[in-house]
Amino acid sequence: MNTSADQLKKIEAQEYDDLVNQTKPKPTVLKNCIWAFVIGGLICTLGQIILNFFMGQGLSKLDAGSATSVVMIFLAALFTGLGWYDVLGKHAGAGSIVPITGFANAIVASAMEYKREGFIFGVGARIFSVAGPTLVFGFAVSVVIGLIKVVFG
Amino acid sequence: MGMNELLMAFLVGGVLCLIGQLIMDLTKPAITPGHILVGYISVGALLSGLGLYQPLVDLAGAGATIPLSGFGHSLTQGTLKAVEESGLLGAISGGVEATSAGITAAIIFGYVAAVLFNPKG
Amino acid sequence: MTNQKKQGSQTIVFENPPVLTSWATIVGPKEGEGPWRSDFDWVMEDYEFGEKSWEKAETKMLRETIKLAVSKKNYTPEDIELMVSGDLLNQITSSSFAARELQIPFLGMYGACSTMAESLLTAAMAIDGGYFERAVAAVSSHYYTAERQFRFPAEQGVQRSMSSQWTVTGAGAVVLEKGIYGGPRLTCATIGKIIDMGQKDANDMGSAMAPAAADTIKTHLNDTDRSPDYYDLIVTGDLGKVGSALVKQLFIKNGVVPEPNYSDCGVLIFNDNQDTHAGGSGCGCCAAMLCGPLLKKMVQGKIARLLLVATGALMSPTTSFQGESIPGIAHAVALENL
Repeated sequence: MNTSADQLKKIEAQEYDDLVNQTKPKPTVLKNCIWAFVIGGLICTLGQIILNFFMGQGLSKLDAGSATSVVMIFLAALFTGLGWYDVLGKHAGAGSIVPITGFANAIVASAMEYKREGFIFGVGARIFSVAGPTLVFGFAVSVVIGLIKVVFG
Repeated sequence: MGMNELLMAFLVGGVLCLIGQLIMDLTKPAITPGHILVGYISVGALLSGLGLYQPLVDLAGAGATIPLSGFGHSLTQGTLKAVEESGLLGAISGGVEATSAGITAAIIFGYVAAVLFNPKG
Repeated sequence: MTNQKKQGSQTIVFENPPVLTSWATIVGPKEGEGPWRSDFDWVMEDYEFGEKSWEKAETKMLRETIKLAVSKKNYTPEDIELMVSGDLLNQITSSSFAARELQIPFLGMYGACSTMAESLLTAAMAIDGGYFERAVAAVSSHYYTAERQFRFPAEQGVQRSMSSQWTVTGAGAVVLEKGIYGGPRLTCATIGKIIDMGQKDANDMGSAMAPAAADTIKTHLNDTDRSPDYYDLIVTGDLGKVGSALVKQLFIKNGVVPEPNYSDCGVLIFNDNQDTHAGGSGCGCCAAMLCGPLLKKMVQGKIARLLLVATGALMSPTTSFQGESIPGIAHAVALENL
């Protein structure tokens, strides 16, 4: 008795879900993808130009890479502070999320947003609201790979 | 070689972003930028461990290192290198050592930006 | 019948319907760019409203709206015996902080975006029950306070989904008085049940709320034994484009067809070119529409009978993270020029 009522509810929910999926506007996938590709590509091209510059200055490949990250992160922080990065992100979607500038944007945006709750538990704590999970998973995977190498040599 | 290098960075970087866009648009609506960042860093670190990411870096330079998967790659490569040098301790310290510049820059610039700017919306 | 004031299963009918004697609305800049600018009392120039934070701005917006509504009838806040008010923030702070300064006895309401109707019907019950002669019902919502609580920081580069709605920055306040004055009256109200059809997408609240709206409207018409065309306009709160398209299909399924006198405040409040995607949402959405254009049209006699069905999505970020579906609710209030 109870189970059949539950089942009926499930069917109704499923029917409604189908109706919702028919009605819901689809994301403009093609347009979004072109934007993501072009902007993401341009951000990486900018990264390459900066990388080439540092390598030209005689930095090692590894150091040049680090320096490039720092510059890209600085630019993203500046653009976020000026209120431009979210405008870019509205169009570029993943094109401005996937590059390291998107990581920096998430950090800076969270930090700025909580300024009014103070600089310790506002900015200081919230700065990691998006960056935290990213680093946790990045560290976890790399440590596991390191341990595998320790064990299996 | 200059132009070719830039073109490869553009194409590969663009494709990596395009994949992220497809994931956001075509899968569950609950996928947020946070999920994308976590996914890219993890998959990048994993592929790097399997030896599959370095070829992409060789091919595309910044096109592979600027996307967050490249950050994961740096973590793994730093870890592996440190394991060779100092064993178990390296497994724990190597990743952060290799990426410390980026992580610290993000935190410091984030903090400074919060001090200097107000969110405009 | 032992209980004459309740009719049918969920509808309360007022013996001496309270009168809406004055009202006011203050809205944000984006709402001012919409089609109803001249119908709002005040359009804020920016989202700060001269305050240091968006939360403070929302409190001020609500407080000033209530003061404005009260002053239109030459009352002061001390003349008001009861304030029934709510908003979208945690612990409904905008309302309680507004009440802190107004010093009117205060009942806080939370019905998410359905709070305008919830507040109106609660205030009307208090008046028709004979406890008070004069009460104010008010709500507010603010795009940036809601956004940071429910979604993302303002400066994060995020693509909004096509079905997402834009939280209206706006406050509305209505002064209700015992039925000895002229004006639109709150004749009856239907208290909605929570309807949850298993929708989980927090970026698509219209779909989560549409079944509740359809259910409340159907129940209201059954309880009052009225047909949809009894009303000149049946208007839902903030279903937006997606939700109102869905509710029309649910009407057909339920055998109720209020078209063409059906509309939705979330669809009406913005122009199509304002890039809100699926329209407006938030308590302020139907409050601004009610206290702006809709009540004006009632006074002008263009609308004689209005059914306002405010809709709410009662989730929180915590429940969304825990994978819960979104419970929807809708309350209906009938406003009539008698």
